[in-house]
Amino acid sequence: MSDTKIVDARDTFCPGPLMELITHMKQSSVGDTLELLSTDEGSGADVPEWVNKVGHEILSNEKINGVWHIKIRKAK
Amino acid sequence: MSQKINIICVTGTREKLQMAAMIASVAAATGDEVSVFLSMNAIPYFVKGHTEDAPVEGELGALMAKEKGVPSFKVLFQQAVELGDAKLLPCSMAMDIMKVTHDDFDAEIGPATGLTRFLSDAEGGQMLTF
Repeated sequence: MSDTKIVDARDTFCPGPLMELITHMKQSSVGDTLELLSTDEGSGADVPEWVNKVGHEILSNEKINGVWHIKIRKAK
Repeated sequence: MSQKINIICVTGTREKLQMAAMIASVAAATGDEVSVFLSMNAIPYFVKGHTEDAPVEGELGALMAKEKGVPSFKVLFQQAVELGDAKLLPCSMAMDIMKVTHDDFDAEIGPATGLTRFLSDAEGGQMLTF
């Protein structure tokens, strides 16, 4: 069981948060959990779209005080 | 299912280069096969040491230029190559006219490519022009 790695992409615009997440996903191991923080409004829908398309797992997705917190488990 | 996406960049303005780079980076990082053909006024931005900003076309380009959090098109194209194996292909005709060789380009730029070769490789895929 590994700790959640925070990917703080607040204050960047599309596709900045997604590319930040992908960069960190590449450096992570299968089973790792990452939490993306994004103020880009489209991230709440777009990031899960990417995660599902490439076959990882969305653990949670919520907006807290204007910031999307999207938790992902690297599945492969 | 992955797609084949071919992007032709010919316009040297910020909005068009940005949109092309956004599509290239997201598509490549999602597993699509992405090739970007660089020619005409788009190609000088990829010559080493080129520091001039691409001029904006309109209102949104001006807003984008002011925002610090907008990833630059150069960075997005680099990410397309590094994260998704996209190919950035300089037009051999434009290189002849500019009198540059492959060594004059940024590291992420692929081999000189003729239009015939690009069109042949692009067969069956989507073609987007900016």
